Amino acid sequence: MTATVPPVLRGGRVTTPVAGAAVAPRRRGRLRTRTTAGVLVVATVIAYAVFRTDGAADDNDRAFRFFDSVRDWVDDNRDTSPLFLYGFNYARLGVRQLVDVLAAGLSGLGFAGLVAAVTALGAVLAGWRTGLLALGGFLAFGVLGLWEQSVDTLVLTLSAVVLSVLIGVPLGILAARVRWVGAALRPVLDVLQIMPTFAYLAPMTLLFLIGEPAAVIATMIYAVPATIRITALGIAEVSPTAVEAATALGSTRWQLLAKVRLPLARTTIALAVNQTIMLALSMVVITALIDAPGLGQNIVSALQRVNVGAAFDAGLAIVILAVVLDRITTNAARRTRVHRTDRQRRLRLIGAGVALVVVAVASLVTVDAGDLPTYSFAAPVNDLVGWIELHWYDVTEGLKNGVSAGVLDPLETVLVTTPWWLFVAAVAAFGTLISGRRAALIAALAAAGPAALGLWQHTMQTLATVLVAIVITMVIGVAVGVFCARHDRLATGVRPLLDAAQTMPSFVYLLPAVALFGASRFTAIVAAVIFAVPPVVRLVERGLRDVPPAVVEAALSAGSTPRQLLWKVQLPMARGGLLLAANQGIVMVLAMVVVGGLVGAGALGYDVVAGFSQRELFGEGLAAGLAIVLLGILLDRLTQGFHDSKGPRT
Amino acid sequence: MRSLRTAAAVALIATLTACGGATSGAGEDEPSAGAKGTVNLAINPWVGYEANAAVIAYLLEKKMGYTVEKKELKEEIAWQGFETGEVDAIVENWGHPDLKKTYIEDKKVAVEVGPTGNQGVIGWYVPQWMADKYPDITDWKSLDKYADLFKTSESKGKGQFLAGDPSFVTNDEALVSNLKLDYTVVYSGSEAAIIKAAQQASAQTKPLLFYFYEPQWLFAKEKYVRVKLPEYKDGCDADPKKVACDYPDYVLDKIASKKFADGNSPAYQLVKNFTWTNDDQNLVSDYLTNQGMSADQAAEKWVNEHEATWKPWIPAGS
Repeated sequence: MTATVPPVLRGGRVTTPVAGAAVAPRRRGRLRTRTTAGVLVVATVIAYAVFRTDGAADDNDRAFRFFDSVRDWVDDNRDTSPLFLYGFNYARLGVRQLVDVLAAGLSGLGFAGLVAAVTALGAVLAGWRTGLLALGGFLAFGVLGLWEQSVDTLVLTLSAVVLSVLIGVPLGILAARVRWVGAALRPVLDVLQIMPTFAYLAPMTLLFLIGEPAAVIATMIYAVPATIRITALGIAEVSPTAVEAATALGSTRWQLLAKVRLPLARTTIALAVNQTIMLALSMVVITALIDAPGLGQNIVSALQRVNVGAAFDAGLAIVILAVVLDRITTNAARRTRVHRTDRQRRLRLIGAGVALVVVAVASLVTVDAGDLPTYSFAAPVNDLVGWIELHWYDVTEGLKNGVSAGVLDPLETVLVTTPWWLFVAAVAAFGTLISGRRAALIAALAAAGPAALGLWQHTMQTLATVLVAIVITMVIGVAVGVFCARHDRLATGVRPLLDAAQTMPSFVYLLPAVALFGASRFTAIVAAVIFAVPPVVRLVERGLRDVPPAVVEAALSAGSTPRQLLWKVQLPMARGGLLLAANQGIVMVLAMVVVGGLVGAGALGYDVVAGFSQRELFGEGLAAGLAIVLLGILLDRLTQGFHDSKGPRT
Repeated sequence: MRSLRTAAAVALIATLTACGGATSGAGEDEPSAGAKGTVNLAINPWVGYEANAAVIAYLLEKKMGYTVEKKELKEEIAWQGFETGEVDAIVENWGHPDLKKTYIEDKKVAVEVGPTGNQGVIGWYVPQWMADKYPDITDWKSLDKYADLFKTSESKGKGQFLAGDPSFVTNDEALVSNLKLDYTVVYSGSEAAIIKAAQQASAQTKPLLFYFYEPQWLFAKEKYVRVKLPEYKDGCDADPKKVACDYPDYVLDKIASKKFADGNSPAYQLVKNFTWTNDDQNLVSDYLTNQGMSADQAAEKWVNEHEATWKPWIPAGS
């Protein structure tokens, strides 16, 4: 989706995969590691056989009651405690005003005015092609009959982006310039980015109640890590020579920042804004669950009525909005790099002036979005789904039952019957082996958390689903990635599809899955696979393409067959990229599996859903949200160790 | 020195208190439905509710000139909306004594607006063919005998009990554990998903034990038989964890926010006057689900054909 100058992943994580740096094999080290791993596996199996439990349900509800009491306290003191009177309630009020102002502004322009404004913005900032794209895109909202919802979504997204930029850019600058701020922020941002979107809806409603403010704040929290990280990266990347030169000329610190660092980093900062917008958009849709207006409402209602067609229209509108906003910001960012002559600048000014007049005139035109011819994909899509349901019933049912009974259930049984301390010990031991002592310690602590929360069983059930989903994701992702890396034309063909797939909010994928497979854990697996495959494909493809051509050439001239080339040279050398893909994939799979709680995937996801829909289950829901975060940290630490704690290992 | 600091602190607190701080309802649009304003209706996730809301919204908009905002919200979240001003009325409420206590008695942000006229029934059901084939299946005591029939990929080796949306009023998990039944509760996630499963169970004679309720349009098309659970007695469902009895019969009612009720606008009076029968609701639900009509179309059709029913709801002088 984005012109990734530094590789920016979903969630704005910035990483440099260490691809192909693997050379000198450390034979003895490898041997020893293998032996240790073997011994550990045997030890774990024996310990499991000896200590396995009967997997009885958890009966420790201390944590739930604690969270319930927190909720009760907040409920009682919302209008009396200074914390709320002068803190959260004001934040809520302020955000509401921001939303109101933006909403008044956008709807004040009217249909024609807003379309003209977006077109003009695109044309002036990013070129006439982008302008045309914006025009087509915004007209399409009217044609789909989703104009008002699209504008609502746009308002919420922009509000969240404004807040993210106001908070994120200064923090990013600080993080890059002040060592301890950077160090203190890193773990916080890590956790925020692992956290599945679903987990913080309940805490948001607790602090900010339901409605637009809570939605905007939740979205902001989801998007702001990317703003901070990428801004920090941009500031840190400013060439020391330029800074040195400016210092030599006697610049003060503020001058350095305002005249050297910020201008030089502005392309990267524009990229940060772009990423923030993309993330905000995918989150805003999910906040429909806490009463945010907009396209998310259409998707929630489609989910409730199992109406795939209706969700398709809304999903399409979201993709269009994403593409328009993305193109405007990326192309605008690209343009910031170009040096302009005076004449070009003057032309641009004139262009902007003309655009302003056009917008002003257009806003006076009273065209209603309802006057457009409308078209909906609902009927054809529903027909297709109906046909598949009817004719593929045995296939889908067989697939679901086969995977559930053959893989998922046995795995779940093993995990659930493992005593928690054994699991923690195994995490610590294998973690040390894979990712080093520090990561292993964090992972082990995270693994112990759910036991303390009284959610051991549910956490293990969710983990089983996640593991099955990630294996399927990796198999598909690597296969497609390898294919794309080898066939340029295929890669060009697949790319727009991947782009679109990545802008869709996770939510949307539940629908086709639920229509085909009913309510089950397998449904969540299918949705998770669809959701996580695109980034995996991308990372695998890039990893393979990053293998130095000289190495490939050498292997070929030594007489490798294409198969040998792939298995013996390219894949081993792209290991860094593959492991990074696994790490990214696993975080995304977790996020989706949890949302699967909405469609019968049970376990932690269900606890979260139930928590914010049943009062007496609130505490359990909040605890489950916390357990999800811990599970995310556990999985992330274990796999992140692969590629960045020690670099490539052979 | 110290006294100076204390004085400063006191002054600061005094200023802050003078400002009063912001309460949770601050910043909401004041009279939520003043003269021909906007009415915010919560839409809970089942089609019967939608039928009520469709007709009320249609009358408010087309006959009385209001604007209606419909908000897709689950039951408990809709109640929270009374506190924030996001919601003016819930037009089909199933019991919820705990929420009534919190929001009506304790927080005083909502009020009861009387019954909708619909009789609510919740229960466990099996398709008719199962009742014919296994006559004793309709008694909970023999459910365990048939648990094998209901096994699915999700039921962990036990029988599957298919529930709906996690936000619905249910005691199913407590019932299964307290009656020591060999079943697992599996949530389908929505009313639509239960209905689909129920239709398949009838059409393809597949076993299904599920959570269902009336008013419900599906009963007019297919037959399902209710499983008898231990009889409901007053208070037997007081502790949600210890419930071991059937669901009570519900008198469905309407709830409005205090602000909306105090405004006593014609819109509020319409909501207050609204009552109709299960048949009325099922008819509109059927339009919505099976005839492919939008909420407005369905309401329009019903309104055109039932003037005698809705005329009295419209308050005089509006």
